[in-house]
Amino acid sequence: MKDETHPGQTKIVCEDITKIFIQKGKQRVHVLDHISLDVKENEFVVILGPGQSGKSTLLRIIAGLETPTEGRVLLDGREVEGPGPDRGLVFQGYMLFAWKTVMGNVEMGPKLRGVPKNERREIAAHYIHLVGLDGFENHYPHQLSGGMKQRVGIARAYANNPQVMLLDEPFGQLDAQTRYFMEKETARIWETEKRTILFVTNNIDEAIYLADRIVTMVGKLPGRMDVVYNVDLPRPREHTDMAFLKLRHEITEASELTL
Amino acid sequence: MAYEQVKVKTPLILRLLPVLSVLAFFGAWQMVVDREIVPSTMLASPIQIFQLFLVKWTEVNPDGALLSQHIWTSVQEAFAGYLLALLVGIPLGLAMGWFVVVEGLGRPIFEMIRPIPPVAWIPLVIFWFGIGISGKIFIIWIGGIVPCVINSYEGVRMTNPTLVQMARTYGATDWQIFKQICIPSALPMVFGALQIALALCWTNLVAAELLAADRGLGFLITMGRKLALPDMVLLGMIMIGLTGVVIGIIINYFEKKLLAGIRR
Repeated sequence: MKDETHPGQTKIVCEDITKIFIQKGKQRVHVLDHISLDVKENEFVVILGPGQSGKSTLLRIIAGLETPTEGRVLLDGREVEGPGPDRGLVFQGYMLFAWKTVMGNVEMGPKLRGVPKNERREIAAHYIHLVGLDGFENHYPHQLSGGMKQRVGIARAYANNPQVMLLDEPFGQLDAQTRYFMEKETARIWETEKRTILFVTNNIDEAIYLADRIVTMVGKLPGRMDVVYNVDLPRPREHTDMAFLKLRHEITEASELTL
Repeated sequence: MAYEQVKVKTPLILRLLPVLSVLAFFGAWQMVVDREIVPSTMLASPIQIFQLFLVKWTEVNPDGALLSQHIWTSVQEAFAGYLLALLVGIPLGLAMGWFVVVEGLGRPIFEMIRPIPPVAWIPLVIFWFGIGISGKIFIIWIGGIVPCVINSYEGVRMTNPTLVQMARTYGATDWQIFKQICIPSALPMVFGALQIALALCWTNLVAAELLAADRGLGFLITMGRKLALPDMVLLGMIMIGLTGVVIGIIINYFEKKLLAGIRR
């Protein structure tokens, strides 16, 4: 499905991003402070940080839903000026269209772009299969479990064939077991159809399990980048692997210092 | 060991209470009139009303129309005004909720008209339309349009902003977002408006007929007053209540059918 890849080529550049929100005309909230980050093509980058560390805001700036106060975001060398189908978003709440079936949800993006019905059905069916929801095409969101809902969210983002996937704490509302399973599935899906992924989470295990590179954020506003870890463990990873646990220990220790 | 199914039965005496209360009500009413505790120029007995009810199916006099004609006129007016209110109010409210220009243009005028009770339009309506059917349709329309606009507007306003943002990341146009996301999100609120508007239309109809009509249930009441016939006034009142209940049941039925196709 995907064309030739250029591993190592820079996909996203965040240049010195600062974000200050002005609330109710007066109060200034300094959310991001001089963030610079390069993401390579098809790299899986996890932004790890506790709540209130500005990580979701960074994702929303890359998505084009917020404009940075200072600095800029480059996608393939071109400045991001607003949201676009080249970046697929998966949200923390499932944010599905409750009045649409699984099929209707997944084909929404192509439909809005005017892709003819047969073609978009084919695209949607492909990604419904990729996320393992065959047989649920005609179910409505309320008939699905939390994990299945988020699979729909992932399929829906994929269906636009975005170059970049932005996931904002996608599994935050799932129970621990479903969460493990969905992490496994995310890794599988990403290995099947590689994309550049930026994944925001507050869960250290999730970060190590998924990431090529982990960018940690300090634990209070304004959000600053802390340590960056390269995770070169072989995939599929094991949560109980010695190297896994060693890295987990390292990150935990370091993050305790910054809190 | 299996548990026995425990059936909780409402005691007979409790189930008979509503019947008792209604019987007591009508019995007392009948007695008050029979014993002439209240003079017959002020109140008719239930039996007299029922007799008039039977007579009015075949007797045109003294008010000039059969009971069925009065009912039919009122129902026609109410539905015409109601449908017009839906046809204009819902699209207007939806558009006001999403398009800034429509809101800017429509809101001030709507807010000006909204606090005026529909009945206050009656004198003007008599100038414009006389006392025929179109004037009453106008009154019902202008009253019924208010909940249609407000609910549709609020429904669109309550659309989850994240869904809208997501559609934007897909490159959707304003019109596409309105059609694909705002309208479906607003539907539950719009369905709420259907019920509210209907109740309002029926109430306004009777008010309009009391003041400007030559036929209809409200007119029947007015004629009863003019001819000093309390049984006719009461018959009109009861028929308004009963017809309202029947319409409510019908609308409820269709709403359920409609929603069954949309419910998630």
